[in-house]
Amino acid sequence: MTDITTLHYLVVAAALFILGVIGVLTRRNVVIVLMSIELILNAVNLNLVAFSRMWGNLHGQMFAIFIVVDAAAEAAAGLGILIAFFRNKETVNVDEIDLLKW
Amino acid sequence: MNPAINTAVNAGMTPVATPFFFYMLAGLAVLSGLAVITRRNAVHSALALIVTLLSVAGLYLMLYAPFVAGVQIIVYAGGIMVLFLFVIMLVNIDRTLKERSFNHMWPIGLVASCLLLAMFMGAFSKGRALFVDRMIPLPEGSNTQMIADKLYGQAGRMGEYTFAFEIASLLLLVAILGAVIMTKKKI
Repeated sequence: MTDITTLHYLVVAAALFILGVIGVLTRRNVVIVLMSIELILNAVNLNLVAFSRMWGNLHGQMFAIFIVVDAAAEAAAGLGILIAFFRNKETVNVDEIDLLKW
Repeated sequence: MNPAINTAVNAGMTPVATPFFFYMLAGLAVLSGLAVITRRNAVHSALALIVTLLSVAGLYLMLYAPFVAGVQIIVYAGGIMVLFLFVIMLVNIDRTLKERSFNHMWPIGLVASCLLLAMFMGAFSKGRALFVDRMIPLPEGSNTQMIADKLYGQAGRMGEYTFAFEIASLLLLVAILGAVIMTKKKI
């Protein structure tokens, strides 16, 4: 068995990223769309930490921590919007969220 | 670390089970990621996402990033996912279980994912030389302290990321205010 290199981690991250993109584009439930965005952010984090290991410094890990902060803010704001929307329209379906459609 | 293990690490000996654990965690992450986007019930998706987050935390541990792994478990699996589950319970309606769970965009999703896959494969095969085939072992024991030095600074001076850290706290404050104001019925 060969050693695990940076490329192995990048392939796992690419797989997670593609799964997240498919989820964002095709699911109808808003909550699952938000969860797919979390998948994408995790793929990015995995890339950053793998590169941090490759270069032997901590900058990648610092950026990963800041992205976790960003994910927390995004989840709070997104779910707040979702609850406000659900109160008005009684739906969580992306196809029916078209208030801003002209 | 006792001296015997230390010399073994210096001699380039890697733990025997490392590739096995990598493939196990990677497979678990990708399979449960697949479950996240295919399950009809949003609660099942959230549970699958927790499994993905925990396996990615295991991968961080293999990459000598114990602090990021801890943050991943505490903030993501512990905080954000509880928020998600709470909102799912709040807005869960039986109607979503009976309807189609995928919209008419699925051909576009298929095309986009195939294009992304081609792009990644091209980048990885052409840029293989850029991804240097080395893994520098970072000091694992002092990882948290080194991150703290960068975040808070040391000996009274600002660290490299102190300013970004303050901006991040401002971002969190704005997110809290936004979430509270948007969820309130009457302001």
